Amino acid sequence: MSAETMEGHAVMEEQSGKLWSGGKSPFKSSYGKLMMWYFLLSDAFTFAGFLIAYGTLRFSNATWPVPDFVFSSFPFLKGTHYPLLFVSLMTFILLASSFTMIRAVQEGKEENKSGIVKWMIYTIIGGLMFLGCQAWEWNTLISTEHMTISTNPFGTHLESGVYLDDEHGHAYAAAAERETFDAGDSYLIHRADEQWLKRRFELTSGPNTGQVSQQEFGPKAFGALFFCITGFHGFHVFSGVVFLILIAVNVANGLYAKRRNGYEMVEKIGLYWHFVDLVWVFVFLVFYLL
Amino acid sequence: MADSVDTTLYKKEDALIEELGYDDHFHEHHHGDKYQASFITKYIFSQDHKIIAKQFLITGMIWAIIGAAMSVIFRMQLGFPEESLTWIKPLLGKWIVVDANGVGTLDPEFYYALVTMHGTILVFFVLTAGLSGTFSNLLIPLQVGARDMASPFLNMLSYWFFFLAGIIMFISLFLNTGPFSGGWVAYPPLSALPEASSGSKAGMTMWTMSLVFFVVSVLLGGINYITTVLNLRTKGMSMWRLPLTIWAFLVTAILGLLSFPVLVAAFFLLMFDRGIGTSFYLSEIYIGGQALDHVGGSPILYQHLFWFLGHPEVYIIILPAMGLVSEVLSVQSRKPIFGYRAMVLSILAIGFLSFLVWAHHMFMSGVNPFISNIFVVFTLIIAVPSAVKVFNWISTLYRGNVRLNTPALFAIGFVSMFISGGLTGIFLGNSALDIQLHDTYFVVAHFHIVMGVAAFFGMFAGIYHWFPKLYGRFMDETMGKIHFWGTMIGAYVIFWPMHYLGMVGVPRRYYSFDAYQAFSDFDEMNMFITVGAIITFGLQLVFVINFFYSIWKGKKQTVRNPWGATSLEWTTPIRPGHGNWPGKIPSVHRWAYDYGKDGKEFIPQITPLAEGEEPSDH
Repeated sequence: MSAETMEGHAVMEEQSGKLWSGGKSPFKSSYGKLMMWYFLLSDAFTFAGFLIAYGTLRFSNATWPVPDFVFSSFPFLKGTHYPLLFVSLMTFILLASSFTMIRAVQEGKEENKSGIVKWMIYTIIGGLMFLGCQAWEWNTLISTEHMTISTNPFGTHLESGVYLDDEHGHAYAAAAERETFDAGDSYLIHRADEQWLKRRFELTSGPNTGQVSQQEFGPKAFGALFFCITGFHGFHVFSGVVFLILIAVNVANGLYAKRRNGYEMVEKIGLYWHFVDLVWVFVFLVFYLL
Repeated sequence: MADSVDTTLYKKEDALIEELGYDDHFHEHHHGDKYQASFITKYIFSQDHKIIAKQFLITGMIWAIIGAAMSVIFRMQLGFPEESLTWIKPLLGKWIVVDANGVGTLDPEFYYALVTMHGTILVFFVLTAGLSGTFSNLLIPLQVGARDMASPFLNMLSYWFFFLAGIIMFISLFLNTGPFSGGWVAYPPLSALPEASSGSKAGMTMWTMSLVFFVVSVLLGGINYITTVLNLRTKGMSMWRLPLTIWAFLVTAILGLLSFPVLVAAFFLLMFDRGIGTSFYLSEIYIGGQALDHVGGSPILYQHLFWFLGHPEVYIIILPAMGLVSEVLSVQSRKPIFGYRAMVLSILAIGFLSFLVWAHHMFMSGVNPFISNIFVVFTLIIAVPSAVKVFNWISTLYRGNVRLNTPALFAIGFVSMFISGGLTGIFLGNSALDIQLHDTYFVVAHFHIVMGVAAFFGMFAGIYHWFPKLYGRFMDETMGKIHFWGTMIGAYVIFWPMHYLGMVGVPRRYYSFDAYQAFSDFDEMNMFITVGAIITFGLQLVFVINFFYSIWKGKKQTVRNPWGATSLEWTTPIRPGHGNWPGKIPSVHRWAYDYGKDGKEFIPQITPLAEGEEPSDH
């Protein structure tokens, strides 16, 4: 980007006259910021494409895993009784990093170099924490719960019934010990020694009452969409962290202090960062809340 | 003609620019280091929009020749299936199978590869990058009065991403398993399963990679075009004073910015289906009696995502041509464009509606017929702004002082093609008629005329018209006229009969019709079309020769505004340097279409209103 032309444009923007009559930016914004806005607009359409694919596949499947059941683990806490607790923490961290980013941009307006660097570092830490959380979540799903892009062990019962096997895949010794379930209940097919332990059960309602069957995998698309979309979002967060680091280093080195448009670069990466947060709100909505 | 214009006019113009122009101190800085330090920064990794425009144009031309040559080969298969193609074996190698009698036959698999590559190359590399890339780059800064694009660096990247996409696609032509052969739309499951066909193996992988880089190029270019048009207009250049070219490029860039990202999303999911075993688009598929692991996906989903790009894409192709034609018609008929505001509003309407009609490509794909109805309605509504444009072009010509030179002829030819192709679009937009017509040669005829040939005509009009601005010389008129009449007649010879083939149901994408008695009646017609295609292809070489001959040997441009046009690009020197204007940036005082006003043949945009003169743009 040529600093010379930029200067030329900036001078033109200062001229007075009607907003759209030429010779200045109708949005009172530099071309660099506008380009970031347009990029974000196009990126929004990419995410929209993914989320529409999500909606299409979700509603073409008879059942869909229940988020409260799927996302209910928390690091260092035993068991899976913390529905959406961990993802709420992740979301909080990411939104908090948006706040620190706002502070960095504010400091940029005041040309306070050390302030910018401080708040950008907080933002970077927020971004890294979010990525760390996502890594833990992915790791739990993949290695503990054995969900992959092509296998989804989270299923849903369509009718109520009674299990014939226990959680380890062994038949119950006595009929009284048998666990019951209702229609709509979720289950996770466990895996041990490279074997899926699909529990057998007998239906107690519906047209097939009395039929014995076993747990089936949930819709394949769930795992694929989850890893694909949260992965694509995570890639955005990662790229954002990389750019934040590069720009923070430039700020610290005083590169932008010399520029006519000052710390506009901080503002631009700020726009990107808030966008990534906004997209997360939608990802959070469709995967975890709906 | 304009050569006779007194050169004192240009002295007056320069004085006007000096007096009223805007001094951005551009030339007080040193640009030499960055822009023209060496051959490499000046001509190869150039950041100058005029050089980048030439790069897009010439790359586009190379691709056009490759893509068109492919169509000649598969047309020969369709027109002369019995003839031996042994003579072409040195070029196609193993794809020509020679039997014991020495008769060479085109491999059916490669026929599909040729059709697929022809479509991909022409739609994306030629009519998107080659058309909008060339003229948006050339004309946006020159006509809005800017030194260059908003970001010359990203502009350069835009070209090189396109170049990279082209290289990948080119290499895929030489793969042992052949290039992708599943149609330019790349529908799954054919595109998603490497085992579906030999072209779906590495060929498809490289096809997808190439197009993802291509989308990056389109986005980098588009973001630049939009920002430049909105932010860098010179003083006085309000939106309502922009030439229609700029309006068209602006809306084109917006369409690209909003539709190509969705294609990328579709391609990512397709790549995952191909590479890592997901099932986004695949469900219940049997190969050789064996059920595949993929369940729960939807091939229709891909079609929705694809056509959400795919339909705006046809307007991305035609809108720049419309803009160029509007400008050329007005300049060459020495009349203001008829209904300027209606032209702008119809561009905006077409741009908006183009996002609401995508499923008319999918009437026969198994979408709900009630949904089809909605898409029929929107599709037919698009005919309204399109018709507004056609009437305005014709009204612009009406009682004009039309110079029947090559650019004007191609612009008029564009209108002819757009009417012919547009009318058949109304047939196809009807979901009931589409039951008979879909996937037949009727569709092939329709879209080739309306967005293939018409867009090419717009591009040719633009090249002949702005060639002096590109190279400081004129293209040869005689060769130009041979090119025009040959192409005009040739295009109708090729595509008119295809409507008849389509109406009786001859399906497209068939390698041969031996197995269908009903279609053997059309052997002669196919032969006729093929002969037409070969001759028309030959005539395009006249253009190529004319183009390169004229760069070095064409008639020299002696005055800087040879056409007597009003817009800003003709106030720059004959060979504009970096920064376009040697001194100040001109300011603008009137709209771009003051032709034949107050007894003057034309009044450039830089001329202030005379005393008591009413502005024409309000």
